[in-house]
Amino acid sequence: MALLDVDDLSVTFARRGQRTVHAVDGVSFSVDAGEVVGLVGESGCGKSVTSLAIMGLLPKQPGTRVGGKAVFDGTDLLQLDDRSRRDIRGRDVAMIFQDPLSSLNPVIPIGLQVTEVLARHRGMKGAAAEKEAAALLDRVGIPDPTRRLKEYPHQLSGGMRQRALIAMAVACRPRLLIADEPTTALDVTIQAQILELLKELVRDSGTALVMITHDLGVVAGMCDTINVLYAGRVVETARRRPLFREPRHPYTVGLLGSVPRLDAGRGERLTPIPGSVRDVLPWPDGCAFAPRCSRRVDACVGEPPALVLAHDGRSYRCVNPAPLPGMTPAEEIRGAVPTDATPGSVPAQAVPNDPPAVPGLGPAPREEDARD
Amino acid sequence: MTITAGKKKEKLDRLAELAGRDDERGVSLWKEAFRRLRRNPAAIIGAVILAIFVLVALIGPFLVPYSPTDTIGIREGLIRPGTIPGADGDHWLGYDHQGRDEFSRLIVGARQTLLVGVVSTLIGLAVGAVIGGVAGAAAGLGGRWGRAIDNALMRVIDMMLALPSLLLAVSIAALLGASLTTVMIAVGVVSVPVFARLLRGSMISQANSDYVLAATSLGVKKPKIALSHVVPNSLAPVIVQATLTLATAIIEAAALSFLGLGNPDTAVPEWGVMLADAQQYLGIRPGLAIYPAVAIIITALGFTLLGEAMREALDPKLRK
Amino acid sequence: MFRFIVRRLLQLIPTLFGLSLLLFIWLRRLPGGPETAILGERGTPEMRAAIRRSMGLDEPILVQYGRFVRRLIRLDLGTSTSTKRSVVSEFLERFPGTVELTVTALVIAIGVGIPLGYLAARRRGRLLDHLSVGGSLIGICIPVFFLAYVLKAIFSENLGWFPSSGRQDPTIDATRITNFFVLDGIMTREWDAAADAIWHLVLPGLALASIPLAIIVRITRASVLEVLNEDFVRTAEAKGLTERTVRRRHVLRNSLLPVVTSIGLLTGGLLSGAVLTETVFAFTGIGAFIYDAINQRDYPVLMGFILIIAVVYVLVNLLVDLSYSLIDPRVRVR
Repeated sequence: MALLDVDDLSVTFARRGQRTVHAVDGVSFSVDAGEVVGLVGESGCGKSVTSLAIMGLLPKQPGTRVGGKAVFDGTDLLQLDDRSRRDIRGRDVAMIFQDPLSSLNPVIPIGLQVTEVLARHRGMKGAAAEKEAAALLDRVGIPDPTRRLKEYPHQLSGGMRQRALIAMAVACRPRLLIADEPTTALDVTIQAQILELLKELVRDSGTALVMITHDLGVVAGMCDTINVLYAGRVVETARRRPLFREPRHPYTVGLLGSVPRLDAGRGERLTPIPGSVRDVLPWPDGCAFAPRCSRRVDACVGEPPALVLAHDGRSYRCVNPAPLPGMTPAEEIRGAVPTDATPGSVPAQAVPNDPPAVPGLGPAPREEDARD
Repeated sequence: MTITAGKKKEKLDRLAELAGRDDERGVSLWKEAFRRLRRNPAAIIGAVILAIFVLVALIGPFLVPYSPTDTIGIREGLIRPGTIPGADGDHWLGYDHQGRDEFSRLIVGARQTLLVGVVSTLIGLAVGAVIGGVAGAAAGLGGRWGRAIDNALMRVIDMMLALPSLLLAVSIAALLGASLTTVMIAVGVVSVPVFARLLRGSMISQANSDYVLAATSLGVKKPKIALSHVVPNSLAPVIVQATLTLATAIIEAAALSFLGLGNPDTAVPEWGVMLADAQQYLGIRPGLAIYPAVAIIITALGFTLLGEAMREALDPKLRK
Repeated sequence: MFRFIVRRLLQLIPTLFGLSLLLFIWLRRLPGGPETAILGERGTPEMRAAIRRSMGLDEPILVQYGRFVRRLIRLDLGTSTSTKRSVVSEFLERFPGTVELTVTALVIAIGVGIPLGYLAARRRGRLLDHLSVGGSLIGICIPVFFLAYVLKAIFSENLGWFPSSGRQDPTIDATRITNFFVLDGIMTREWDAAADAIWHLVLPGLALASIPLAIIVRITRASVLEVLNEDFVRTAEAKGLTERTVRRRHVLRNSLLPVVTSIGLLTGGLLSGAVLTETVFAFTGIGAFIYDAINQRDYPVLMGFILIIAVVYVLVNLLVDLSYSLIDPRVRVR
């Protein structure tokens, strides 16, 4: 059983006088204990909404609907009442946000912002809480922690702020950490430090990490399994190496083509994906990526593409995927599942290479790790 | 498949074209604001109130049943000490203390009230815009002199702000002697610091914005930037403030009348003066105070509703 | 902090000199003069000239101003030409009434406005929200003196719940120490005198509170709505804090910042409104006295009162800035 099983999650925003927006549409993925899972996509693809929905942090507006399941350690987070959800948040599941300055309360000292978590979930008060808070700041690499406790967010540098936010998130040793673009607002050198810190924390504590990012570099350095999102749907799921080596979904291919590479030839040009997600929303039927897709065929319009399970446990939603070298499509496709099917309903024999316990979208076989 | 291949292809191409476009068309600030304004019920209510008000002010005097200065009640011996007759069949709101038809006065009074409000707001706007504009431009150009001019002007504004607005208006009214012009000037002067600070602040923040930096770095001349970028973008808050000031101007004019500094010529009715006159007869006919007061409140409400809605519509933070 | 206060107080000095010079010249340009107020339209030119000479009004304006400044440095604001008493003692007698009234209005406006604005924001789009937004709109649009009359007519003349005029029942023989009637009553333990003074403050205080109340409700509501969307509130929620902690520690405190700023700006409006309210309720404050002083061309009283009011306004805003810096560490003053 995975630590977190997100199953057919959907989020719709219905505003009066406006079209209903399907921000997240049938997203499924799972996270094992100690695993680092990436959610990758352009802005507007629904990755942040997915994480906020799991945390129960979507703005409480009329017209916001959340469907599906997010089972964490046997309990469906989406079905919890407000109180039990608050008990889990910050203690078992914690979150780190994108902009560390605006994510910290400007008028309260850092110390109180750390100790309030300790007081809430670990019942620590007074000097003990202060001491623990200082230890936490020390652990995330903030020098002179006792002095920093008394300071305010505006007195800290960007990297320090993000470290402080991480300290708050890991204060109760959560089993799952969700990081929503944790390095986007930081300088490149600081980015590397923060990623290193996250890696270290995950390795030391066995915390599972969901890494939400648009940055393939971050994904390449950290994630075990990667889910590529487009327009609110998971369009491709794969282990890190296969994804980078042989991307199947044209969107993934496009994403990789948009990243400058050192090993590319001098005259080689980047191949950007034309347009942006926003332009084509809402897509009424068929594949949402089709209008921007270079491999578009007639079958892209009409029915939404089915989930295709490929030979090594990876999956994608595409009727005309990028070909694998030396393999015909018939050989590599072992089973196709209709879109409305949940991963659990996939017959295990459809993906014979997978261990029976994790069919469908689960992480790929473990030999992958051995090769790393 | 229900869709034929040809149709499907057509649709695909259209969407592909749509996706290829860099961004959605730029919608101008004003067009977008107007679109949002039309969808805001508060703005509609405010606009309707104001439309009625302006219409009454323009054509009301030609339609009233009686002359607003005709002392019918006294002529017919209806007004005696201690009694002012109320409504009857012909006089819907009764008579005022001098036996004039209250309804007709209320209708005709809209014109003078609108005049006082508009002129005094324009005075405040004009003087405030000059002071604020010069200060903003001086601050924007910088240099020792620029800062000095800006500083001096802002000290003057500080002094004006340090005086309670009504005291300022009262002393101006006392200096110039009671007249219609006095009321307009006194009420107008009170709003000068508001407009001056608003325009200056807006100009300075525009001048520091990225797009002005971009224009400067492209070699656009400073006066051109000021005219084509800074001023138009600073205008929106000023227009919003003017709408809101119209409401307070009407109320403040009424306050001046209440203190006996209003227009002494009561032949031409004005709501503030009517309200002030009515205070002596509150015990006998409270309606005489209530009618003009309600008229003032509703009109002020109209301006405030529209002004607030405009502020909301023009606020870039609230735009999606 | 200390240096900030000193610097602000030093900045006050040039503003005051400028203001006093402007006022000085301006007031002396008022048509008529104290001699007209004293003699009326009768009086020969010789008598008028004699009065002007006795008051030193025949000298050049700058000489008069120099004399005024020399006295001002000794905190002497001269003598009222109409009551023949020193301006300072006139002020000390009347200003406490205005202060009591303004403070009452502010207490009502803050005490009701912040909770109401907060609740309206929390229940956005519900009945309470619509009521408080609508009510505050109307509150801004009602002329203060009309509201004062309405309150007086309903609660005093018809229902008889509150007194209709004055600061205290004249039959109460109260001891005067500071001329703050409520404070005097408490200091001398004359509880009935204090209670009666408070009773007299309710209606004028309510009338005067209408506009600041409306403004505070609107600002608080807008501010809370903005803060609720802030990232740090989401962080607080993500920490699993109780709703109570999130609201108190993270939402409310940040929402109050713009409200505090607005209170400083409201002071000027409050003093204006006080003039009107005092007139309706025959409340002994500076309002009616300033109004009379204008009609009497009582230059020393006008100069003195307006200058002191300007000082008070600046001091109140200094106080507001200081308290702002206490709530918001980002603007800690140096």
